[in-house]
Parts: sequence; structure tokens; C-alpha cells
Amino acid sequence: MADLEEHGIGISIRNLYKIFGSEPETYIEAVKSGMTKAELNDKHNHVLGLKDINIEMPGGAIQVVMGLSGSGKSTLIRHINRLIDPTAGEIIVGEEDVVGMNQLDLREFRRHKTAMVFQKFALLPHKTVLENAGYGLEIQGVPRKEQNEKAMRWINRVGLEGFEDNFPNQLSGGMQQRVGLARALTNDAPILLMDEAFSALDPLIRMDMQSVLLDIQKEIRKTIVFITHDLDEALRLGDRIAILRDGEVIQQGTKQEIVLRPADEYISNFVREVNRGRVITVDMVMKEGPIANTAGMKIKAGTVLEKAAKRMTDQTISNAIVVNKDGAPVGTLDIQDVISAMVTPVDHTMHEEDDEFVAA
Amino acid sequence: MEWLIEFPSMDRDTLTALKKGIDLGFRDFTRAYGDAFETALLPVKWFMLWMEDLLTDSPWPLVILAIAAIAWFASRSTKITIGVIITLLLIGYFDMWEDTMKTIAMTVVATLLAIIVGIPIGILMARSNRVQMLFNPVLDVMQTMPSFVYLIPVVMLLGIGRVPGLIAVMVYAIPPIIRLTNLGIRLVDKDVLEAADAFGSSSWQRLKNVQMPLALPTIMAGVNQTIMMALAMVVVASMIGVQGLGLPVLKAISNQYFTLGMFNGLAIVGIAIIFDRTSQAYGKRLQKHLEVVHG
Repeated sequence: MADLEEHGIGISIRNLYKIFGSEPETYIEAVKSGMTKAELNDKHNHVLGLKDINIEMPGGAIQVVMGLSGSGKSTLIRHINRLIDPTAGEIIVGEEDVVGMNQLDLREFRRHKTAMVFQKFALLPHKTVLENAGYGLEIQGVPRKEQNEKAMRWINRVGLEGFEDNFPNQLSGGMQQRVGLARALTNDAPILLMDEAFSALDPLIRMDMQSVLLDIQKEIRKTIVFITHDLDEALRLGDRIAILRDGEVIQQGTKQEIVLRPADEYISNFVREVNRGRVITVDMVMKEGPIANTAGMKIKAGTVLEKAAKRMTDQTISNAIVVNKDGAPVGTLDIQDVISAMVTPVDHTMHEEDDEFVAA
Repeated sequence: MEWLIEFPSMDRDTLTALKKGIDLGFRDFTRAYGDAFETALLPVKWFMLWMEDLLTDSPWPLVILAIAAIAWFASRSTKITIGVIITLLLIGYFDMWEDTMKTIAMTVVATLLAIIVGIPIGILMARSNRVQMLFNPVLDVMQTMPSFVYLIPVVMLLGIGRVPGLIAVMVYAIPPIIRLTNLGIRLVDKDVLEAADAFGSSSWQRLKNVQMPLALPTIMAGVNQTIMMALAMVVVASMIGVQGLGLPVLKAISNQYFTLGMFNGLAIVGIAIIFDRTSQAYGKRLQKHLEVVHG
């Protein structure tokens, strides 16, 4: 994580509010001092879209914003390039204040700092794959030859070699979204905004696209904001995850933090179905501190529990040493802790299961 | 109780005075600005004459070849192209070539003018609800007013001849292109527009790259309608001195020449079908990539 932050430009969202309706400014103070979403809707016929959002998105990392439909996640991502104007709050991208920009600055900002991938692809149906991929550059006024060269590079990179002269309607959904991704990458903007980019795809193709994205991200290290309603996708892609519900952030942190310490029952309901062994890493469960015996099996920090458990059980040992990437020992790992972290339900569900047990 | 049986209308003298006032007002207007209008419309007149000369003075095989080539490039259909050639040969064989060429020239020029004027108005209407509210009733009037009524102010303003006829035809034929340009742009997929915005399009780039290309099939439907209405009006406009197929029809009506009327009427049907099939096939070709093949 620490080394990731050196790349790219970060996004900082502070005290962001969005009220939908004819006179949002009238109600902003009331909402800030505690008017609920239901009251605003019933009495004043305005919809509270986002309420007091504060997220620091580190540069060069994938920030996932997760929520169900109606949670405000698509509204939130559209504030970053101001496709939607906020009612109150700040959006700082790098050093720039997005909210304060005039139309001309905003256009330049969108051309050079952000690129977006859409749930429904939103390709231009009358242009070829190549022309679609070069679309962002065309708008910037880059010469055609350079557009095509850069576009071809990313078309090949997302696996669409040989399809550059096809039209979007001749491609499958998965391939169309590859074009969408190529279009965004060709723009070479430091920020990539992905609005439920893979949600319209079949599960297998979705997994495939996630791999493509993770693979490319290793190389480009952009700041990616990824919106999804799918927790598995969030855990697979996200360096950091923020969970949105009814327009409010109810928890944010690394995926381990979300899985190990869900903030409330809503989230614990979500994470109950998650395969912990593939999310939690050994550094979360190891015992830190002085290491008496540096002999024995060494496991790299960042290894997921499932892999660690397999290696330890294969060799029938119950203790291992966790080492950092330089090979220095940082803690000890007990197979008991590994297994209990993989199976232990989190706090909120514990209570629930206790109740069930008593009732039975 | 007489006022219940007889509608209590404005009394005759006031009504006459009112009509006279309007007529005199308009006559003064035409006297003051008629020449100015005529001068302003000179380029249109030259264009009209050039087009007419081009079609009537060129050797007929060349004209048929050129029209067939246009039909082929627009439709890419052998059937339509052969149909065009046969229709034109038949028209020539029945000695209506000259009149038909004049009618085609008038229709082409009126349609081009309608496109040049109509598309920008349609774009303005699509961009602003207020402009749409303003233009819609005007278009309603233009579409429902009996076409003969147009002729009166046009003749008063510009006299009789080609140009006033052209203006009357254009005014009659322009509403579909305006309406369908407006509709086509308003129906453009919001997601694609949002993408254009997200990549930083200026409003001109939005219009050029997204709105116009995606609205084009709808606009082409408007062009097709405009051509058909222009053809219909060309006959009526013959009453104010527009030459072409309308004139013999007019003559046939006043003298009860059944065959003359029928032949010239059929010639109009023939070129209407040529224009219609060609422009529709072109519109369909434009639509090819806009349809979803994969789900």
C-alpha cells in the first residue's frame, strides 16, 4: 500500500452533499443539521442523494465504492468529473479543486485528467473499434495518425487484435467493454473512473475482465475508482473499499478490515458469504513482536490464509514465520489462528448465531 | 332571441375595414420590401436556373446515367437503379422529358433549401425547450394551412415565377425535416452523450460526433418526407407560374383532358417513387451500424 501511494494523483472528497430537486440549496443547512432522508423526501419532495461523504482515495490504487442500487454510488463517481454538480462539499483531485472549475477548465480537466468506463459501454455505434478507442484523443485534437497508433496499442493490450475495423454492434458484450476499456486507457489520463464497468457482463467474462484490469493496473498504476454492487468484485479489485448505503458511507478501509471488522449488521450480512481464506492475509493474524526461533517455514507477508494453511498442512507444521518482502522476519504464525480466522464468524453474526442456538 | 339562431358576428363594416386594413398594410409592406426580398433571393434564383439548365440542356442519356449513378450510390441496390432507368425512359418516350426535368430541378432545389434552413432550426429546437415551444405552433400552422393559401402572400411579395413558387414549395415542405431533426437529436442515447461529456467534448463536438450521426437515420426520414411534400406542392405551385409537370395537369383540369392529366400525374408518381425508394434505401444503409446485433 505504502509504495502505491507514490504513484498517480489522489482524490479527496470532503463533506460532499448532493440533494436532488428544484431548490437543493434551500435544504442543505437543514440536512447538515440532521434532517433525515425520509423527512426531506416526504415533507419537501427533495431526494437526498449523498450525505456527508468523506473519502481519501490514494493515488495509484484501486478504490472500490460498493453499494446496492439506490445507494448513491453512481452519483458519487459522477461528482469526480462533475458530470453531476455537488450541492455542497469539496472534491480535490491532485492539487485541483474540481468544484471551483469553470466550464472551460472542467472540459480540459475531463480531457486530460480523467477517463471513464460505463456500465452500458456507451460506444459510438457509427465508428469502428479503432475510432472508438481513439475518441478521447480525437476530442483533444491529437492528429489522426497518433490517435490510431496509441489506440492500436491498447486494442491489442485488451485482446481485441484483428477487430479494430469492426463496428461495436458486431461484437459481444464482453468485447464491447474491452473497447470501452481501451478507449479509457488510450486517453492516458491519470484517473480511471469505472462505473459498474463489468456489471452487465456474464460472470465468467466478468472474472476475465477483472483479471485484465488487475494485470494492466500493475503496469499503469493509475488511480482507479471502481463502482460495483458485487462484494466479490470489490474484494478482488479493491485496494481500498468504501461501502455506501442510502447515500452515506457506512464503512471504509482495506478489504481485510471490512471482512474482519464489519462496522454494522448490514455489512456483516454482506461479508458472511465471503471466502475469508482468500481475502485475509497472514499479516492480519500473525503475532508480532520478538521472534525466538527464526528457523522453520517462511511465508511472505501478504499471502492469503488459504495458501498459507495449505502450505503449512502439506508439511504438517503448526508454526511458521512471516517475512516481509526483504526477507526479514516480522511475526509468527500459528496454524490455530489461521484456521480460526478462516472460519470464525464476525462479531455481528456471532450474536445472531448465539440467539439461534438459545432459541433452539 | 335572434342572436341564438344567428351568430352574433362582427358587423359587416368593421369586418371589411379590418380585412382592408390588413390587406393594405401587407400591400404597403410588399411595396416597401418586395424589391429587397427579390434581391436577397437572387442567388436562389441563379441556383434554380442553373439546376434547370443543367437538367434540360444536357444530353438525355447523360442525365439518365447521372441520376442512375446517384440512385446506385445512395441505395446500392440494382433493383432500384434499374427501376429508376426504366421510369425515366418511359417518361421520355411519352414526351414529358422537359417538364419532368423542370419538376425534378424544382424539387431538388426546394429540398436542398429546406435541408439548409430546416436542420439548423431543428437543432435549435432540440437544444432548448423554449425554442421548441415557440416553433411547434408555427409548424402546426404550416402543415395544416391549405397549400393554396401560401400562394397569396408569396405572389403579393414576389410576383409570379420560379422563385415565389420555390419559396411556397419550400415553406410547405420544410416542417418534416425540422420536426424529425429535433426528434432525432432528442432521442440520442443518453449514455453515449454522457460518455461524450465525460471525455470533455465541447458542445460543437457533441453535436458533430454524437448527436448528428446518431440522429441521421431519423433526419433522413425527415428528408424523405420533405421530398414527397415538395413534389406534391410543385403541382399546386404551377398556379403561380412554376413550370414543369404541374402546368399540363392544371391545363388538363381546366379543359377536362383526361389522358393529359393522367400521363403527367403518372410521371409525378414515377419520380416520387424514384426519390422515395432511393432516399429510404440510403436511410436504411445509414442505420446499419446503429442496430444491435449482439445482445
